[in-house]
Amino acid sequence: MSMTSEGGHGAVPTGPGVPVEPQPSVSRRDWPLYEVFVRGKRGLNHVHVGSLHAPDDEMAVHAARDLYTRRNEGVSIWVVRSADITASSPDEKDPMFAPSGDKVYRHPTFYEIPDNVPHM
Amino acid sequence: MSAPPLDRPTAPDEQALQALFDATIAAEHRIEPRDWMPEGYRKGLIRQIAQHAHSEIIGMQPEGDWLLAAPSLRRKAILLAKVQDEAGHGMYLYAAAETLGADRADLTDKLIERRQKYSSIFNYPTLTYADVGVIGWLVDGAAICNQVPLCRSSYGPYARAMIRVCKEESFHQRQGFELLLTMMAGTDEQRAMVQDAVDRWWWPSLMMFGPPDDDSPNTAQSMAWGIKRHTNDELRQRFVDMSVPQAEVLGVTLPDPELSLDPETGHYRFGSIDWDEFKRVIGGQGPCNDERIARRRAARDDNAWVTEAATAYAAKHSGVAA
Repeated sequence: MSMTSEGGHGAVPTGPGVPVEPQPSVSRRDWPLYEVFVRGKRGLNHVHVGSLHAPDDEMAVHAARDLYTRRNEGVSIWVVRSADITASSPDEKDPMFAPSGDKVYRHPTFYEIPDNVPHM
Repeated sequence: MSAPPLDRPTAPDEQALQALFDATIAAEHRIEPRDWMPEGYRKGLIRQIAQHAHSEIIGMQPEGDWLLAAPSLRRKAILLAKVQDEAGHGMYLYAAAETLGADRADLTDKLIERRQKYSSIFNYPTLTYADVGVIGWLVDGAAICNQVPLCRSSYGPYARAMIRVCKEESFHQRQGFELLLTMMAGTDEQRAMVQDAVDRWWWPSLMMFGPPDDDSPNTAQSMAWGIKRHTNDELRQRFVDMSVPQAEVLGVTLPDPELSLDPETGHYRFGSIDWDEFKRVIGGQGPCNDERIARRRAARDDNAWVTEAATAYAAKHSGVAA
C-alpha cells in the first residue's frame, strides 16, 4: 500500500489504486457551480475568492457569505454562474497578450529624464 | 477560474507543452486550471486534494460529538465555529479539486464507498472534553506543519485554498491550547483528563505525517512537481521539536520514554512509531472507521430531499438549474 502525507491532514494511500477519474453521478445531480467575488472593504475591487455549488443565485449569495466571509473578509459579494463566464482562451499564457510585451514605450521607465528635472 | 479543462483540444506538440509546464514549475510559478499539465500531475493532485477535503469533512465528526456537551456557552460557541471552519475547508478543497475536472458529488460517493481515504487520525474516538483541546493542539498543530508548506503548492487553486485554511487553523490550534491550559489550572481530575488525552493522541498525531521517507515512494515525484515541499520525516521532526516545549508549558508528559534532545543536532529524538497500527486504521480497522463513514452516508442520503427540493424550487422560480 503506497502512502504519502501530501494532503494537509496526513497520510493516506494516494497511489494508483485510488480512483480519481470523474464519473458524474447519474442518480443525483449536484447544484450548478458559481464563482464568488468579494469586496474586502469599501474602496477595493471585488476579487475572485473561489467557487461553490448552489441551487440558485440567491442561495449562492447566502452560501458565499457562510463559506467565504466568516471573519469579516468582505462587505459585498458577487456570484456568477461559472458557465456564464467567458475567458480569454483555454491557456493562461496566451498569444493574445503577447503584443503588449514588446511595447516597452508604454511604460514610464522607458524614458530617460535627467536627474535635475523635478517632480517627474 | 473553475471551468474543468476536460474538453481541452489535444495539443499537436505535447513536448512543447511539457517543456512549458516544466519551465513554469522550475521558475516557481503557479500552474493554473486551464494550463496544460501531465496526466500524472492532474491525477496526483485530485487524489491529494480529495483526500484532504475528505479529511476536513470527516474531521467534523470527532469534535462535533461534543457540541451538545460543551461545558459552557463560550466553549460551545468556539467549538461550533471550529467545526463550521472544517466544513468550510472541505468546501474550499472540493472546489479546488473541481478545477482539475473532478466532480464533488462523485468524490463524496468515492469517500462513502471507501474507494478514497481520509486521514487516519479521525478514526479515533473523542472520549472526554480534553480530547477537543488535544485535537486542537496536536492534531491541528500537525495539520499546520503539513499545510503551511502547501501554501506554496505549484497548483494555484490548491495553494490559494491552503492560504485561507492556514489562516483559520491558527485559531483552531490556539483555542485547543487555551482549553488545555484552563483544564491544567483546574482540578487534579481535570489534569488527569488532559494527560490521558495526550497519551491517546500523541502517537496517532505522529502517524499523520505518513510512513518514513524510505517507505514513501511517491515523495520524490511529488516534490519534483512542487505539490509536496518537505518529506514526511522532515515534517514529523519539525512537529516534535515544536510540541515538546509546548508540552512543558502545559505541564503534561508526552508518552514516549525515548524522547530526548540531541545536543548535536538540536532536534528531539523520539521512539519508534507503530506502523502496523497506522496501516490497520487506514485499512478500515480503526476504532471509528465504520461509524464515520456511516454518518457521512446518512448525511448524504437523509438530506438528499433538501438538495432536490432546492433544485426544484430554483427550477420553478427562475428556470435556472433545472
